[in-house]
Amino acid sequence: MITLEHVCKTYQVSKRDAGFSSALKALFHREYEYIHALDDVSFTIQDGEMVGYIGPNGAGKSSTIKILSGILTPERGVCLINGLVPWKNRIEHVRNIGVVFGQRSQLWWDVPIADSFELLKEIYRIDDSLYRRNLEELCAMLQLSDLLKTPARQLSLGQRMRCEIAASLLHSPSLLFLDEPTIGLDAVSKLAVRDFILKLNQEKKTTVILTTHDMQDIEALTSRIILIGKGSILLDGNIEDIRQDYPSTEEALAAFYRSHDL
Amino acid sequence: MKLYGKYFAMHLKSLMEYKTSFFLTCIGQFLVSFNVFLGMYFMLRRFSTVQGFTYNEVLLCFGITLMEFSLAESVARGFDTFDSMIRQGEFDRVLVRPRNEILQVLGSRIEFSRIGRILQAVVMFVYGFSVSKVHWTFGKILAVVLMLIGGTVIFTGIFLVYAALCFFTIEGLEFINIFTDGAREYGKYPVSIYGKRMLQLCTFVIPYALIQYYPLLYLLDRGKPYYPLLPLAACLFFLPCFLLWKLGVKHYTSAGS
Repeated sequence: MITLEHVCKTYQVSKRDAGFSSALKALFHREYEYIHALDDVSFTIQDGEMVGYIGPNGAGKSSTIKILSGILTPERGVCLINGLVPWKNRIEHVRNIGVVFGQRSQLWWDVPIADSFELLKEIYRIDDSLYRRNLEELCAMLQLSDLLKTPARQLSLGQRMRCEIAASLLHSPSLLFLDEPTIGLDAVSKLAVRDFILKLNQEKKTTVILTTHDMQDIEALTSRIILIGKGSILLDGNIEDIRQDYPSTEEALAAFYRSHDL
Repeated sequence: MKLYGKYFAMHLKSLMEYKTSFFLTCIGQFLVSFNVFLGMYFMLRRFSTVQGFTYNEVLLCFGITLMEFSLAESVARGFDTFDSMIRQGEFDRVLVRPRNEILQVLGSRIEFSRIGRILQAVVMFVYGFSVSKVHWTFGKILAVVLMLIGGTVIFTGIFLVYAALCFFTIEGLEFINIFTDGAREYGKYPVSIYGKRMLQLCTFVIPYALIQYYPLLYLLDRGKPYYPLLPLAACLFFLPCFLLWKLGVKHYTSAGS
């Protein structure tokens, strides 16, 4: 179970005008601006749930994911995931989670995928039988068998994303974070990825938290959405809550953003 | 340790993909250091000694320092290029894995091409030894081994400081090179030639002298009997570096995406 209570995160950003003279000025006197990436965020997610975490760019989605996965420490607030505080019990906590950053690869560029997987086996200390079972299962579900011998640099984006997802699941985590997993994928790959996530959630009861800008992802996958804007939670509920009479979820969401001045 | 071995194998496999590039880099590394070697050769042919050290003894000194530095650079390259790891947000990935951060950063880069420089260092070292008529004893072998270990630890420590500072600012960290590349260049000669003040600084602040000057004196039969053990004391330098790194990790704020 994930509980987040009154979490705040502020970034200090140095600021200056363009141009040489202001660059010179900034050398001696720097002006800072404080950005409230997260401002009193609270929610609870039960085991086995699948939640879509959405919001415009810069709303605080990634910051939340980073706090939940133990990368960032918030200034204030409580965060408990299966009884652990992510940034305090980092190593214990991350053993149980998988993270896919859609924009960043965790596969080794020049070596076959299978070698990257082997390294992960070592990193997570997965024992042989579990590793073999998981690998077989993931290969079957994501159709990876032909890709294992190819270096990551020779894979298409869709193929690579499937490998990324498999790489995050080799240690059978009970919680999976997907940060824009369908970004830039073609229709076929998108459907394959969605199918897989759905199956994973239903069959393995893996808790999935998904951030995306693709409303079709949300429609296909989640019943619950948490919508964040300017660092605060604006809506925690069902996609139907904002859908109303709009012809598509996309437009409903855009109207929602506009009405909240995001 | 087993994990580091795994990383090592991965880098070796990646390397196989770009064989020519690897060999050319090695040759380049070798030639650059060879150039320095020639420079010293010509200078010392003129002056024959530097503050009581002969050409061959200076060679010995340079060989060891260069070897220490190159070893540290091969191992700790991940720290040396840590700013790009921060910039690209790769450090996030390190933090979501259930292993020690330092081990993972070390594993992220292993620079095999430094073998060129290490080879050059070994050549110089062996040559320096054979011509400066050092008689081998157990103590001297111990001294050389400890020098190599201590030196690698100190240079790795400085790389670690560099990486730790990356957590606070990414700009303007070039000055750290004074302590790494700079030390390698100055380390050509025994520290004592730079004066007493410098020797004190290099003994008590950044203990270069403990891995170079003092044990070297011992090798040349001019030092006190405890000198070979000084590199061990130098390893203490790693502690504050490590603490600074820990502080940096706490301060980490990640990059936007």
